[in-house]
Amino acid sequence: MVSKLLEVTDLETHFISDDATVKAVDNVSFYINNAETLGIVGESGCGKSVTSLSIMRLLKNTPGKIVGGEITFLDQNLLNLSEKEMRAVRGNQIAMIFQEPMTSLNPVYKIGRQIEEGIRLHLKLDKAAAKARALEMLELVGIPRAKDILNEYPYQLSGGMRQRVMIAMAMSCVPKLLIADEPTTALDVTIQAQILDLMRDLRKNSDTSILMITHDLGVVAEMCDRVIVMYAGQIVEEASVLELFENPQHPYTKGLINSIPKLGNYTERLDSIPGNVPTPENMPTGCRFAPRCSFVMKQCLSEAPMLKGVQENHSCRCWLSEVEKND
Amino acid sequence: MTDILLEVKNLKKHFVQNKGFLKGKKSVVKAVDGVDFFIYKGETLGIVGESGCGKSTTGKMIMQLLEPTEGEVFFEGANIVEMPPNDIRHLRKEFQMIFQDPYASLNPGMKVREILREPFIIHGYNKKDIDTKVTELLKVVGLNIYHADRYPHEFSGGQRQRIGIARALALNPKLIVADEPVSALDVSIQSQILNLMKDLQKSFNLTYLFIAHDLSVVEHISDRIAVMYLGNIVELADKQSLYKEPLHPYTQALLSAIPVPNPKVKKERIILKGDIPSPADPPKGCVFHTRCPLVMESCKTIKPQLKEVESNHFVACHLYNK
Repeated sequence: MVSKLLEVTDLETHFISDDATVKAVDNVSFYINNAETLGIVGESGCGKSVTSLSIMRLLKNTPGKIVGGEITFLDQNLLNLSEKEMRAVRGNQIAMIFQEPMTSLNPVYKIGRQIEEGIRLHLKLDKAAAKARALEMLELVGIPRAKDILNEYPYQLSGGMRQRVMIAMAMSCVPKLLIADEPTTALDVTIQAQILDLMRDLRKNSDTSILMITHDLGVVAEMCDRVIVMYAGQIVEEASVLELFENPQHPYTKGLINSIPKLGNYTERLDSIPGNVPTPENMPTGCRFAPRCSFVMKQCLSEAPMLKGVQENHSCRCWLSEVEKND
Repeated sequence: MTDILLEVKNLKKHFVQNKGFLKGKKSVVKAVDGVDFFIYKGETLGIVGESGCGKSTTGKMIMQLLEPTEGEVFFEGANIVEMPPNDIRHLRKEFQMIFQDPYASLNPGMKVREILREPFIIHGYNKKDIDTKVTELLKVVGLNIYHADRYPHEFSGGQRQRIGIARALALNPKLIVADEPVSALDVSIQSQILNLMKDLQKSFNLTYLFIAHDLSVVEHISDRIAVMYLGNIVELADKQSLYKEPLHPYTQALLSAIPVPNPKVKKERIILKGDIPSPADPPKGCVFHTRCPLVMESCKTIKPQLKEVESNHFVACHLYNK
C-alpha cells in the first residue's frame, strides 16, 4: 500500500518586517508518498525554498515565521515539536542538501569530522564505528581515495566532489525524506549528469522519498514522479510528471515549458512570458499571474482562483480550467 | 561570399602564478591555449564549454580587456593586438560587450540615463543628440523613457540586462561579445532576452560572439558553435551538424548530459568519469584523454589538431585522423 510520508496542509510562511508582511508561502498543501520523488518547480521568489526551510523549521534566525498550517511527518505535526525534538528529526529522518556545497560545508573542519558528527549524534555510534560508516558512505557516493578525503578540507575538493560529500552526509543516517534544494544548479552539465545518476542509484537502493526543488524542467522530467508548480507563493498546478508535460493546464506552466530552448528544435523565436514576477508590495488582487497571462479574463483581475482538480491527480489554479469544466 | 568580420589566430592566454614564497617557483595556468576561429558578418558564433574551459578569457581577449600572451585578433582585417592604445579606443565603438551579471555590471550610483549617456560623451557626441539617442535606445530594448531617471537597483534582473544591452548598442557596434548574458536570469525572462537579441541582430545587422555554458541556449541563438575544453577548441561546426552528428567524444558526452524536459524521452547517457583537470597542470597529449571513454594510446602523447573532417565541420580528435 502506498502511504503518505509527509503531508503539508495549508502552510503559511510569512516574512514580517516593520512596514510589511510578505506571504512567501501562501496556503500551500501537498503530500509525498513513501519512496516517491516530488518536484517543486518555479522561478526565483516563488516560495519553493521557503517551503522546504519551513518543513525543516530552519527559519529561526530569519524574519520568516510559520503562521499557519500543519506539517505531518510520520503521524506527528512537526510544528508542535520542541526545538530539541526537532533536532532529533533533522539530519536523521529528514535530511537536506543545498545548492551551494561550498557554503554548506564548514570550511575549517575536515570532511570526516563533518560526516561523523551526524552519525554519532543520531545513530549513537562510537568514534571508530562512525568513522567506518563515514568511509562507507563516501565510497557509496563514488568518491575516489575515500580514506584520504576523510582527512581533507572542503576547499581541497571540486564542486562535484563537495556535492557528493553533502549527499553522503545526508544519506548517512538513512533518512526517510531527502530534501534537495537545487542540488545541481551550481554544477557543470557533465558533473550534473554524474550527481543525478548518483541520486537515481541511491533512490533505487533505498526507499527514501525525495523532495526535489529546482527551476530546471529538464531535471524535473528526469527525476520526479509528481510535480508541483509554484508561482508567487502559491501552488498553481500539480500533476504526475507525464501528465504535466503532456497536458499542462495552467498558462504559467505552459509558458514555462514553451520558453525553454529545446535541443534539435530550430525555432526562430521562443515563446516567452511577458513582464516580471510581481513584487510582494504589488501583488495583484485577483489571480497572481493575471498581469502576465495571455488568456486573462475579466474575472481573473478581481477574483483569485482556487486550486481545483481538473482530472484525477491533476489540479490547477485557473479560472480557465473551471470554465472548460462547466462547458 | 560573406565577409569575415573577426578572425582569431593561435590565441593564447597563460596566467603566471607565483607558487611558494621563498623559492619563487612559478606555475603557468594555460587558460586559453591556441584557439583559431573566425566570425562572418551578421552571424552568431557560439562558444560553449564548462567552467574553466577558457571561453570567457577568449571573449575578454577579443575585447582587449586582457592582453593575449600570444596570437592575433583581426577585426575587419586589422590586427588589434598590435594596435596603439589610442587607435583601439577609437575602434572600441565597433565592438562592445554584454556581461553575465546584470547586478555587477551596472554602476549602482548612476541613473540609467547617465549610464547610457557615458558612451556618447566618451566618443564626443553633441549634447543635444545624446538625449534623443538615450530615448531611442530605451525604446529599442523595450524600456520606457521614465525608466531613465531610476537607479539600477530599482529594476529586475531581466530589465537590468536590457539596460546592459542598450549600453552595448549605444554606439552602433558591428560586433557584440555576449558573455553568459542569460545565465543569471529565470527561464521566462531568459527567453525574452534571447528573443530581444535576435530581433536586434536583424534590425541593426549585428554580429554576435555568444559565450555560454548552456548548450540548448547556444544552439538556439547561434549559427555555428565552437566547443571548448581546457583552453582548446575541440569541435567547431554549424549547429545542425553539431547537434545531429557530434564528432568529438566530449561534445557527444556534453550533449547527452543535458536533462531533456520531456519525461517520455529516455536517453542513452554518456556519463564522464572524474572532474575537469586543473588548467595549471593539463594532461599531456589530448587534454580530454583523462576522461575520454574512447581513449587510445596515441591520445596520451600527441595533441590532436583541429582539422576539417567534413565540409565546415572541424574536430580535434585522433579518432578522425586517417
